[in-house]
Formats: sequence, C-alpha cells, structure tokens
Amino acid sequence: MFPFAFEWVPEATRYVFMGSLYAVLISLIIIMHYCVIRAFLDLICPKKNHNNH
Amino acid sequence: MDSASAPFDSALFPEGVKRCKLKWFLFWIAVLHGPLMVGIVATLMCWGLALNVTYLNNNYPFGLWIAADLGVIALGAGAFFTGFLRYVVNIEELKNIVNYAVVIGVMCYASAQGILGIDIGQPLRGWFIFWHANVHSMLTEVAFCITCYFMVLCIEYLPLILENRQINKFRFFHGMAHHLHGAMPTIAAIGVFLSFFHQGSLGGVPGVLYGRPFAYREGFLVWPWTFFLFILSAIACGPCFTILITRITEGCARKRLVKRNVIEILAKISGRLLAVYLVLKIVDTLYWIVIAGRVGAPLSSFYVNQPYGYWVLITEIGILGVIPAIILLNTKARQNDSLLIIACILNCTGIFMNRWIMTVQSLAVPVMSFDKFVSYHPNWVEYATTFVFVWVSAIVIMLSYRYLPIFPQEKELNPL
Repeated sequence: MFPFAFEWVPEATRYVFMGSLYAVLISLIIIMHYCVIRAFLDLICPKKNHNNH
Repeated sequence: MDSASAPFDSALFPEGVKRCKLKWFLFWIAVLHGPLMVGIVATLMCWGLALNVTYLNNNYPFGLWIAADLGVIALGAGAFFTGFLRYVVNIEELKNIVNYAVVIGVMCYASAQGILGIDIGQPLRGWFIFWHANVHSMLTEVAFCITCYFMVLCIEYLPLILENRQINKFRFFHGMAHHLHGAMPTIAAIGVFLSFFHQGSLGGVPGVLYGRPFAYREGFLVWPWTFFLFILSAIACGPCFTILITRITEGCARKRLVKRNVIEILAKISGRLLAVYLVLKIVDTLYWIVIAGRVGAPLSSFYVNQPYGYWVLITEIGILGVIPAIILLNTKARQNDSLLIIACILNCTGIFMNRWIMTVQSLAVPVMSFDKFVSYHPNWVEYATTFVFVWVSAIVIMLSYRYLPIFPQEKELNPL
C-alpha cells in the first residue's frame, strides 16, 4: 500500500512497516541495476585485468 | 574421462568434475515425479474443493502446514547464518559451503511460501496481506520479511546459475555473476536483517497470545521471550540442516564434496548456539511453569490430554535438545561421522517438534472451563501437499548439483 492510497492511515507503525518494506525492495532493485549496468559497461569497454573468480 | 564415455550433457557440467550418466539422472528424476504427482493432485483438490478436504477445522485452523512452514523456515536459517558468518564475520573457510547453504535456503523458503499458498485456501488473494496490511500483526511482518528474503535468496542463487559452464561463456553473464559476487556482503547483510525479524516474529506470534497461558510469554518491549528463542533455535539448527543435506548429497554422489574442517566449523558453532538456546529455553520453561501456576494454569493442566503428555516436554528439551548439544559440543563426538549425523537429525527434528508444540499444541490445550480437548491428526491431503515440496526440493538440488559449480572443493577432493 502506498501513502496516497485512501486506506492509508498516518500512524507510526504503518510508516515503520511499509517504510522498511520499501527500503528493502528499493535496495534490492538498486543492487540488481548496479550489477546489470556494470556488466553492460564491462561488455562495451572490456578491462584487461578482469580476474576470474 | 574421454569424450566417448562422457554423459550426453557433459558440456553443461562444472569444469573438472564427474557426474553420473544422463539416463540414471533422468531415472531418479522420474522416480521423484511419482510422489510429486500425488502432491500436485492433493494441491489441486485443496484449491478446487476448498480446505474441507483437509482435517483442519475451527479448533485447528493451524495444523501440519503451519508447523511445517515454521519448521522449514527455521531449517532454512542455515542460508542466512552461513552467509552472515561468511560475508559479515568473514570466516573464509565457509566459502566452500555457502553456495550449497543458499540452494538449501532457496528451497526451504520456496517450500514455506508454497505451503502458505495452499494454506490460505485462496492463493489469488495472497496479495491482500501486502496491500491491506495489518501493521499491528506480527504475521504481517513475517509475510513481508519472508517475501523479501526469498528475493534475496534468489539474487544469491542467481550468480550460481550464471556460472554454469555454458552460460558463463557469455561475457555479459560472466560480468553479471562477477559483480553480484562483489555485492554479496551487502545482500547478505540485508538477508540477516530480514531473517532476524521474521524468525523472531514467528516466535512472537504464539508468544503474544495472552489468552492462552500455554503459549503466552512476557518479554522485552513488544517482543515476547519466544521471539528471541525462535531466532536462537533457528540459527542453532540451520547449520545442522546444511551439514545433514551436504552429507546426504555426498552419500548419493558417493564422494566427498566439502572438507572436514568446514563441516567442523559449522558443527562447533551450531553446538555452542544450541547450548545457549537450551539454557535460555530451560530458564524460560521454569519461569513459565511458576507464572502460569500463579494465574491458575498449573503445569499438569497443559499435559493432561493425550497424546500431549509430559513426554512432549522431555523429548523436546532432553532427547532432541540436550543430547545433540552434548554431541556437538564434544570435539571427539562431533568428529565421529555417525554421531554428527545423529546430532544433526535430532537437532532438526527438535526444531520441528518445537514449532509443532508452539502452534498446534498451543491450540489443543483447552482454555475455558467449558472447552473440550479435541484431537487433530493431519490427513493424506495435508501430508501429500507438505511433502510435495520435499520432492521438488530434491529435484532442484539434483539439477543444481549436476549443472552448477556449487562445491568449490569437489575438484580437489575428487581428482579425475
């Protein structure tokens, strides 16, 4: 539920719960995008010393 | 191995390892599909004919499914705790088992969500808990954390898939796997945060039932003591489940996949945590006996109805708690393979029993003077739908073992 939904009740618990959920989801989305973008950049400008792991 | 005798799909195997012939692999997959189909039929019955095909009723809205759900989530704690030890505490040796812990964790959490998908009766309304969230309920927190943590586990599993020998030939996927490995400490830290709260909140759910003296506990701020006991018990048994599944895999593959010192580290940590948990659990139980007695619910009233006699308390804490703790704490005992396996089995069974007690037995104990004890035994539909996830997990583990580089030490331990 988003704060602009009519069912949203402005109370501390709701901000903590939903805020934590969105914080985690946004963190995961950022990490995935970061990895995809870095992999794409490596593809178009390859580095010489890319260590295999 | 020469190319003529190599299995048909050998190009997909990790570099430098040996796998069985494809026909045997397919044979075992087909064998697992037998019980799997029974489970799928039972699942369709639950969805098509509603939950009255089960033995759940108004006395027992929580039954085998919820106990199994809590059990597999606790067993899946091996993933987050091993990840925590590897990436946050930085125990280097655990890099040799953390991949497998992730695979096991993914399957545990997928199973938990699958069981819930059947348990809620109408899975099409599963999204209600996110949109119409009751933010005062610990179960909402559990639902949020389990969903998010399952995403975390899938992200942790992704680089393993991308490191498949053929997929890894694509430079983009190779780079993606590389960068995901780099981001793993952050992902592991998010996983620890999520796991800490949902493992605890699962314990908090029975602990806040102040109308049920059998389950109710006092606590710290909004968290009952069961919140902390559930976290401790999960991190104590999760590594044991990882050891157990690793040993079963080694038995099926007929080779060593992980070095002894890695197993030793996990067993030692698990033993110490189990000992701490048991001390706190015994203190909690003694305190609960005194407090419940003062409010008119003596201990005997909780254990008067069969099959939930005193044997439940003795088995849970003594046989399935103290015995594995002693084995895991004793260096010589845990170095003995058979004893280690027995300790792991007892520990994992103990966690299931604890979750059953905190959910099903909590509902079984009559509360009002006019309440009557009603017994509950799951029927075949409940068993089949619960075990369906065991068969699915076995298939996923078999596929992962065959095609993904899960065990970094396999090549060294089994030279071709």
